[in-house]
Amino acid sequence: MSSSAVLLQFLNGLAGASSLFLVAAGLSLIFGVSRIVNFAHGSLYMLGMYVAVWLASRIGFWAAVPLAALAVAALGAGIELLLLRRIYRAPELLQLLATFALVLIIRDFALWAWGPEDLLGPRAPGFAGAVEIAGRGFPQYDLLLIVLGPLVFGALHLALTRTRWGVLVRAATQDREMAGALGVNQRWLFTGVFAIGAALAGLGGALAIPREPASLAVDLALISDAFVVVVVGGLGSIPGAFVAAVLIGVIKAFCIGLGYSKATLVAEFVVMAAVLVLRPWGLLGRPQGEVRGTWIEIPLGRISRRGAIAIGLLVLLLAALPSLPDQYALVLATEMLVFALFAASLHLLMGAGGMASFGHAAYFGVGAYAAALIFLKLHWSTGSSLFAGWGASALAAAIFGWFCVRLSGVYLAMLTLAFAQIVWSTVFQWDAVTGGSNGLVGIWPDAWLASRAAYYYLVLMVCGYAIFVLWRMAHTPFGYALRASRDSPVRASALGINVRATQWEAFIIAGSTAGVAGALFAFSKGSISPETLSVQRSVDGLVMVLLGGVHTLTGPVWGAVAFTWLQDTMARSVEYWRAGIGAAILVLVFARWRFSA
Amino acid sequence: MIRTLLILLTFSSSAFGQLIKIGELNSYKVFPAFLEPYKKGMELAVEEINAAGGKIELLTRDDGGTPGDAVRVAEELISRERVNLLMGTFASNVGLAVSNLAAQRKVLFLASEPLTDKIVWENGNRYTFRLRPSTYMQVAMLVPEAAKLKKKRWAIVYPNYEYGQSAAASFKKLLTQAQPGVEFVGEQAPALGKIDAGAVVQALADAKPDAIFSALFAADLQKFVREGNTRGLFHKTSVFNLLAGEPEYLDTLKDETPDGWWVTGYPWSEINTPEHRRFRDAYQKRWNDYPRQGSVVGYTAVYAAAEAARKAKSADTEKLVAALKGLQMATPFGAIQWRAIDNQSTMGAYVGQLAKKDGKGVMVNWRYADGAKFQPADEEIRKLRKE
Repeated sequence: MSSSAVLLQFLNGLAGASSLFLVAAGLSLIFGVSRIVNFAHGSLYMLGMYVAVWLASRIGFWAAVPLAALAVAALGAGIELLLLRRIYRAPELLQLLATFALVLIIRDFALWAWGPEDLLGPRAPGFAGAVEIAGRGFPQYDLLLIVLGPLVFGALHLALTRTRWGVLVRAATQDREMAGALGVNQRWLFTGVFAIGAALAGLGGALAIPREPASLAVDLALISDAFVVVVVGGLGSIPGAFVAAVLIGVIKAFCIGLGYSKATLVAEFVVMAAVLVLRPWGLLGRPQGEVRGTWIEIPLGRISRRGAIAIGLLVLLLAALPSLPDQYALVLATEMLVFALFAASLHLLMGAGGMASFGHAAYFGVGAYAAALIFLKLHWSTGSSLFAGWGASALAAAIFGWFCVRLSGVYLAMLTLAFAQIVWSTVFQWDAVTGGSNGLVGIWPDAWLASRAAYYYLVLMVCGYAIFVLWRMAHTPFGYALRASRDSPVRASALGINVRATQWEAFIIAGSTAGVAGALFAFSKGSISPETLSVQRSVDGLVMVLLGGVHTLTGPVWGAVAFTWLQDTMARSVEYWRAGIGAAILVLVFARWRFSA
Repeated sequence: MIRTLLILLTFSSSAFGQLIKIGELNSYKVFPAFLEPYKKGMELAVEEINAAGGKIELLTRDDGGTPGDAVRVAEELISRERVNLLMGTFASNVGLAVSNLAAQRKVLFLASEPLTDKIVWENGNRYTFRLRPSTYMQVAMLVPEAAKLKKKRWAIVYPNYEYGQSAAASFKKLLTQAQPGVEFVGEQAPALGKIDAGAVVQALADAKPDAIFSALFAADLQKFVREGNTRGLFHKTSVFNLLAGEPEYLDTLKDETPDGWWVTGYPWSEINTPEHRRFRDAYQKRWNDYPRQGSVVGYTAVYAAAEAARKAKSADTEKLVAALKGLQMATPFGAIQWRAIDNQSTMGAYVGQLAKKDGKGVMVNWRYADGAKFQPADEEIRKLRKE
């Protein structure tokens, strides 16, 4: 690269960083105060884009930008008042589920309101052209963005350090209960912070329209970038978010400038993994204050006699399923069982282990790919390939888990996400072995298992047994040690429990079980592609567990069954089926919370 | 020949006597811009055929955009709905997964949209037929124009997944054959839907190419075009862009439409052959909207199924497969044939240049590139299909 090319790529990186910062700052602010991982933040950004494009053609670009930000802020306040406020005291992560439901609803709303085509916004009047820098054209608008990012950062910083509102926000970030005890009206503080966070997302979206079209795929593409920035910078830290946005923006621009454009797929996740391993609380973050008294864990009960009889009857019923004339019931039941096992394995980590994983699909996918490759390339039998999938995912979980158990809370979750994304992009790009984005085909079980009924029985036996073992585990010495490590690591170590080793073991067990589910999945579909281990699959797993209830033993299995059924039925019978699933999840969230409260 | 087929199509009322149930699945909510017009095209065809005395039943399903879900949906169509054939899919990985299932369950699969070469070649099977011109074919349609320019230094930009990768690989191979000594000086492969357009445009400019080959589409294309226009990348470089002339992608560019780009696409307003005019009029009358590329694909796919059933005089899978192999039929783009060798239809695409007209993008200097003429040698295909 020539020196002028270096300069320009640096500026490109800064321009990209500015818009990323706006979104990440809002996300960070909301998390800091309310501890809500706002999954819908990317959707708010997307709405900002659509509203701005729509308004710009009526009242001009410059008037549309602040109005779009305001509109999104109002929506944010509405979401907080009507939805989130009701579930602050609910078990951890139930809010995450609610915001995930919003993602589905908002996307279908945008499709309904603005149609399927991408909408390219106008250029910004006054900043439409290019200026010459080092002999090359550089967009004026990008220069404006480079200035705007730090300006917003400065304004936020001043507001947080010099105003009374800022003091309250910082107090609540540091210790929510103490701030409440001192008479701070938390309700309005939370609403205000959520509205401002939403406004920043909307502003980011509105300011992006001269550079990119408003499209329906923006929400999820953006949210993972924003998460990375927030985590790398340190949760709740606005300066951290700024530094991280610049770091990631510039690294990406140089990946492209140096001819490694394919690396942009994974660059940010490599950065995040490295930062989390070396600095567990992000670049400028501090250890999180403990949130007290939100949820008192009731020890897991054993399955009652009546429950055991009911489950026994259910298994008998399942065994009789192939006698139904409807063969599709078998296909659907096979899928439900596979995901039930996937959810149950994730639940071992999240429930008994207290370690939320945002990247559980990695083990599902590694198991699937390992089994498929052994089957296709080495021509092992179906059964041996399943074992190979089990082994491979155990190995992957051992490696990733070793790093992950050194962290906790959201940081741990984000490290699992980073590892999962690294695995995903490896699979996605390694054409020669994994078949790249197309994946592998021709993974059909051996002849004696080829019929739907035969394969269903295999899945029923394997999943049934594995789920039974996982349930049993909660009440073995290992299970007690794991729960002790979750509830009070200090006391657990004093009792002689090796906390990290126990958690690591849980990682390996959960990962390898997910791998078995993945391998079964591959043989039931006949093909696999990178989506098997995408973020979406990890999120699905989370949704299943949360839907069923983290703090129950059998809940995640029912969650998996309900979610799979919901997807199957909604997609067939409802036009805007994603919004339908979102609405159903919201209803369940409230019903569950009310019921358990 | 075309005329007679057309007359047959339109007027013979008892022609489609065979009852046939089509199970269609597609990623309607993931790629709505392409698939909503596609669905309208299908519905129009079903109405026309049934009005002419046919008995076609069309079931559509959303496949969720992932291979796993698509396979489940296809299983539902096969086992519960007992459809006579499967149709649809958009993304390559979904298409391949369903094609793989079709071979396993021995059901005819008419892949209407996916572009991947593999679905008819490396992973091709007896039961899978594909309608649209493949990535390879569309690249091959552009290469003669590219070679004519005698540009020496080429840069390439494509979305980083199978479609983009195989487009880039085919382009390099075919252009080197047509114009020995050509140099490829830069290659950019941003993630699909996540192009960092400023940096990519900059890096391409740094490579100082005489011409650029691009396989970008949708939002990536719009970002690329705007940045390139602002930064002056296209002033002195010729650009070849697959698919950019399809209304789905072209219409979103509006006054940003770059002049003189060579593209493949569908100049719907200017094609005035009788078969296309008839289709366009019917479509506009029915939907009060103009047809997109997707409309033609959906419309033609349904007709292909109906024609196959008519020729087979049966809805039996093996008879349908035999009927579809080598079948000749009329389409809005003219007559096509379903190649017996690889189950690929010879439907072509329009090759032309972009221009701005009244603040909108249009295609000019276009001509129809017949898909039959842009195929590798039969020998090569047999080797790939391992048959």
